[in-house]
Amino acid sequence: MAQTSVLTAAPPPAEYEEQAAPALRVRGYWASVGYRLGHDPMTVVFGIVVLAIVFSAVFAPVLAPYDPYRESIIGRLKPFGWRGHMLGTDELGRDLLSRLLYGGRISLLMGVVPVLIATVIGGSLGVIGGFAGKRVNTIIMRTMDVFYAFPSVLLAVAISGAMGGGIGNGMLALSLVFIPAMCRIAETATAQVKNLDFVEAARATGAGTFTILRFHILGNVLGPVFIYASSLVSVGILLASGLSFLGLGVRPPVADWGLMLSTLRQSIYVNPVICALPGAAIFVTSICFNLVSDGIRSAMDVRL
Amino acid sequence: MITYILRRFLYAIPIAFGVSVVCFSLVYLAPGDPLQTILPSDASADTIAMVKAAYGFDQPLPIQFLKWLGRVLTGNFGESIATRRPVILEVTGALRNTGTLALFAVPISFTAGYAMGALAGCFPGRIIDRVVTGTAVIGVSLPNYWFGIVLVIIFAVQEMMLPATGMGANGSTAFSLFSLADLRFLVLPVVTLSMIPIGIIARSTRAAVAEVLNQDFVTTLRAKGLGEIAVIRHVLKNSLPQVLAVMGLQFGYLMGGSILVETVFTWPGSGFLLSKAIINRDVPVLQGTILFLALIFVATNLLVDLLQSMIDPRIRRS
Repeated sequence: MAQTSVLTAAPPPAEYEEQAAPALRVRGYWASVGYRLGHDPMTVVFGIVVLAIVFSAVFAPVLAPYDPYRESIIGRLKPFGWRGHMLGTDELGRDLLSRLLYGGRISLLMGVVPVLIATVIGGSLGVIGGFAGKRVNTIIMRTMDVFYAFPSVLLAVAISGAMGGGIGNGMLALSLVFIPAMCRIAETATAQVKNLDFVEAARATGAGTFTILRFHILGNVLGPVFIYASSLVSVGILLASGLSFLGLGVRPPVADWGLMLSTLRQSIYVNPVICALPGAAIFVTSICFNLVSDGIRSAMDVRL
Repeated sequence: MITYILRRFLYAIPIAFGVSVVCFSLVYLAPGDPLQTILPSDASADTIAMVKAAYGFDQPLPIQFLKWLGRVLTGNFGESIATRRPVILEVTGALRNTGTLALFAVPISFTAGYAMGALAGCFPGRIIDRVVTGTAVIGVSLPNYWFGIVLVIIFAVQEMMLPATGMGANGSTAFSLFSLADLRFLVLPVVTLSMIPIGIIARSTRAAVAEVLNQDFVTTLRAKGLGEIAVIRHVLKNSLPQVLAVMGLQFGYLMGGSILVETVFTWPGSGFLLSKAIINRDVPVLQGTILFLALIFVATNLLVDLLQSMIDPRIRRS
């Protein structure tokens, strides 16, 4: 067993010596986070891929070689490179590359917006609950427990299904799914910080509740909340595409990865590779967001 | 221990109550009147009032809720708008089919995920750790509905080794666990379904084991000369409560969240029933299925809490 034995004294790690050296090397928190990120090639590479995906979605109208809605009866389900269609065509003869670029806009939007909404609402509820304590905390957290009692996919499908689908309802449903978890993270962080001495010291020097919340609590809660939010983006994209896949997202002619996967599914016997592409886009996007979030988490040294 | 169990049960009651409130209010989330789907568009005001009274929609909401709750508690979930069969029969039938999938997916994903995570956690930073961490990230980020389609393309369309959809030849649903021909229909859905739990369980097991390995008592164990295998046994036992919590969540996901996978494989389970109910706007079925699944989830969480407190007595006292 090659576990490091406690009895043999290991040489001090390199970073240790670096820190012990004269204070020239001391960095601020954010500078050291940036330093660690810059020296983590995996995160840098996947970060660039994430930026490229976001860029291509934002500039889809400029980048797309064809009109994503122009159909062609003779050019249906053609392979890669057919008459200038780099990634072939879909079941109605529309250019797949253009549709993937346009589809990214809705998939990213539906994945990211609910996370932002949940961060603001869930985070605030959590800070309020954690800071106020007692009755307020009980009311907020027990309400969250009820929503926690549903498996996340189920809750998202149930709410958006009952409301009749559509992008807006889908985003609302996903926000509701994310709020309880976000609230718990913020509540835990706040409750941990609230009773520490420096908060007491701030109060003793005459800081009001708002100042304490704004400077002392928020500064310690934002880290975990931000990390958790970044890990939710990947889940958000998966769930949002899942809702579209079930027909609860956008209406048919609109390009969206989940919906494209669902309509192309009928054609797996004709051109399987083309049919798998929208799902591959979802997978690549979700895994890149996940890896970047992992990288940021270890760079910020936050434990959830 | 008895007091802890009682307290935990009492705590589950308001949660279950809240869950039923959410399920009840699903009907009112729907745009327009909940009766829109039943009533013809040219119904006269008299007919509307009559149907409303027949369904009890003319009463105030709290009364409606209590009446609904009373019916639900006696096992009467109403009848499906689409099939006119009692919702309870639809749901229990579907749950049995989902249970068949879970019967295989749960042991496979739990043992695979736990073994991978424990191995990686015991050797942090080594090759095995990197392989497991990489595989786990893939499992966590995988859109399983797409993975299912890819498996169908490879094993059903190109190789023609396994059936693509359904749970029996010619759309039969008379599934038998002892028939090899029927078991073939299980392979692809079970593999697809297992991917996400494997990733999530491996990830959290690795984190839990690595965290316990860094605690002081491990140093003490080694210092008193305990063999490495015995040390690992202590570490695994101490990381178990955390892992169990994740497994409980994953069990709930396998019973209820498999809606996408069941849709891909047209497996007539609870998820498939739910997606059919959404397409048909069949609110009683939607409500009944979700209530059932959420209650299973609440019960699972309760069970996990009790198991955790049996393993780690400290949890009982807090």
